Amino acid sequence: MKRRTLLGATAALAALATGAFAQDKPLKVGFVYVGPVGDGGWTYEHDQARLKLIEHFGDKVETVFQENVPEGADAERVMTQMALSGAKLIFSTSFGYMDPTINVAAKFPDVKFEHATGYKTADNVGVYSARFYEGRAIQGHIAGKMTKTNKVGYIASFPIPEVIRGINSAFIHAKKANPDVQFNVIWAYTWFDPAKEADAAKALIEQGNDVILQHTDSTAPQAAAQAAGDVITFGQASDMAEYAPKPRVSSIIDNWAPYYIARTQAVLDGTWESDNTWDGIGAGMVGIGDITDAVPADVKEEALALKDSIADGSYHPFTGPLKKQDGSDWLAEGETADDGTLAGMNFYVEGLTGEIPN
Amino acid sequence: MNLGAIDPVLLIASLMVAATPIILAAIGELVVEKSGVLNLGVEGMMITGAICGFAVAVESGSPVLGFALAALGGAAMALIFGLLTQYLLSNQVATGLALTLFGLGVSAMVGQAYRGIKPPATTRIDMGPLSDIPVLGRILFNHDWMVYFALALVACVWAFLKFTRGGLILRAVGESHDAAHALGYRVVPIRLLAIAFGGACAGLGGAYISLIRVPQWTDGMTAGAGWIALAIVVFASWRAGRVLLGAYLFGGITVLQLNLQAAGLPVPVEVLSMSPYLITIAVLVVMSARQRGAAGSAPAMLGRIFHASS
Repeated sequence: MKRRTLLGATAALAALATGAFAQDKPLKVGFVYVGPVGDGGWTYEHDQARLKLIEHFGDKVETVFQENVPEGADAERVMTQMALSGAKLIFSTSFGYMDPTINVAAKFPDVKFEHATGYKTADNVGVYSARFYEGRAIQGHIAGKMTKTNKVGYIASFPIPEVIRGINSAFIHAKKANPDVQFNVIWAYTWFDPAKEADAAKALIEQGNDVILQHTDSTAPQAAAQAAGDVITFGQASDMAEYAPKPRVSSIIDNWAPYYIARTQAVLDGTWESDNTWDGIGAGMVGIGDITDAVPADVKEEALALKDSIADGSYHPFTGPLKKQDGSDWLAEGETADDGTLAGMNFYVEGLTGEIPN
Repeated sequence: MNLGAIDPVLLIASLMVAATPIILAAIGELVVEKSGVLNLGVEGMMITGAICGFAVAVESGSPVLGFALAALGGAAMALIFGLLTQYLLSNQVATGLALTLFGLGVSAMVGQAYRGIKPPATTRIDMGPLSDIPVLGRILFNHDWMVYFALALVACVWAFLKFTRGGLILRAVGESHDAAHALGYRVVPIRLLAIAFGGACAGLGGAYISLIRVPQWTDGMTAGAGWIALAIVVFASWRAGRVLLGAYLFGGITVLQLNLQAAGLPVPVEVLSMSPYLITIAVLVVMSARQRGAAGSAPAMLGRIFHASS
C-alpha cells in the first residue's frame, strides 16, 4: 500500500502546487526502471533516491516512474510518453537504455536526460555512473581470504564493460589475498530473474564454490547460499542486510540521492549542462555495507584499510603491473588505468579463465 | 574447463527441483485443454498462487497451509476465466492473455507488503535409511514433499484420463462438446471443474517457486514459467507422460547449462542459454512427428466456444 499512498501524496502535492502557484508549476522528473522497485537491489536504490528527492524539494518537484521497462523499443516509448506528459528531466537507469535515451533526446531538445552507466552523451544527455569496481576490490579481498575451496563463483549479468570491470577488480584483489584462487563465472543474461539467479547460485555451490559474488539484482542467490550452509555472499546494489551476518558478509550500496538532488537543482536553476559523472567510494556514491562478524577481525581490518586507501585516492584498484588474459602487457609497474580504458573494458585480466561472450 | 567439477548426482537432484513448478502447471493445463478449453492465463495463475502461498505461509508459519491457499488462489483466478469464457462466451485466447496480465498486476499489489521477507522453511521428508542409499538416495529420496506430490499428480492424471469413466467423459467433452451434450453430459460444469483444477495446479507451481525454489517474494518472479508450461503441453501432444519428460528435459538442460558455464565449457554462452528451449522443443516435436494417426493431435474442440443452442 505504501506506493499507493505515496502516489496519492505526490498527486495531492501536485494539485496543491498547481492550484496555489498556477504560474509556477513543479518540475516534473521522470524515472525509468529496469526492474520492480521492490527488487531489493538496483532499482530499489534508485527509487529510494527518488523518494529522497521528493523529501528534499517538497512541492517544487513532481516525480513519475515506470517499473519493469524492457531494454529496447519499449524504453523509447516510455521516455517519449514521459517527455510528452511534461517531464523536464528524465533519469533512465539501466545500461540498455543508452540508445533509446539518445534517440528520444534528439526528439525533445528541451528535456534533459540523465542516463546511468552508459557512455553516449548529447547536448541534453548526461551520463552518470558509480565506480562499483572500487567496492568489488574490497569484496575480492574478503573473498580471497575467506574461501576454503579456493573457488569463487560469480553470477554475472550481461557482458558489458560495467560487469567485466567488476569481475576483473574482484579477481585482482582476491588473487592478491590468495594466489591459488580461481573464479567461475556464470553469465545469467538477465538483471533480474530470481529463479534463474537461484539456479545459478546452486550450480556454483554444488561445484564447490564457497563464495558467491553476484552482479544481478535480486536476493535469490543470498537465499540459496543460506540454504546451502557454509557459503558467503555480498549484497549487490543494496545492503541486503536481511541476510546478514551470514551468508551476506558485506555489500556494495549505491547511493544516488546526492547526485539526483544536485542535477534536479541544476535544472531548477537553469544551470544544467551535459556531463559525465563517475564517482566512487570517496564521493559517497558507492557505499560499503557493514562487514559482519562472520569475517575474521584481521580480514575486516584489511578490507577497511583498503576501502580508506581507495576513498582518499592513494590507491587505485587497477594499478600495474597487470597483464591481460592473453598475456599481453596492460599496465606497467605503478601505472594506473585511465577512465577511457575502464569505461570500455572488454577483456579479462591475466589469470581469469573462460571467455567473455560477445 | 573442469567438467569433473559437475557432480551428476547433484545435477539430477537439482533438475527434479527445477522441473517441479513446470510439471505442476503443465499437468493442470493438460487437463484443461483435454476438456477443450485453451487457458493462456497459466502465468497469471502461477504468480497469483506464488503470492497467495507466500503470504499465507508467512502469516501462518505453515508452508502446507500456504500451498493449500495457493491452490485455492489459482483456482479462484481460473474460475474468473471460466465464468467469462463458459457463461459469457468470451474469446478464450483474449481472456487467457488478460488473465496473465491481471494476475501479474494483482500479485504485485498484494505482494508489496511481503518484499524482502523470508518464508518458513519447507522441511525435507526424512526417508530414513532410503536417503542413505548411495547415488539413488540423493537423487530420489532427498527432496521436499512437493516434488513427490507433483510426480504423484502426473500419475493420477494419467490414470484418470486413461482408465476412468470420468476421464472418458472429460475427453469426450474435449473432442466433441455437441455429442457429449446430446448424451446428457453437462459440458459447462465439467469444463469449469477442469479449469479450476488447472488453476489450482498452476497456483501450486507458483507457490513452489516462491516458497521453496527461490524462496522469497519478488514481483513477476515466475518469469515466464507459465508460458514454458503451455508450450510443453502442446509439444508433449497432450500426453501426461510426455509432459513429465518435457519438464525434466527443460529443467535438466537449464540446470546443466548453468553447470557447464560454471565449469568453463568453451561453448558460446548464448548457445548454452538458448539450449533448454531448443532441445526441449526439438525432442518433443520429433517424438510427436513420429506418431502415426491422429492419436497425438490436439483435442478437437480446443478453444471452441460451447453453447447449448448451437
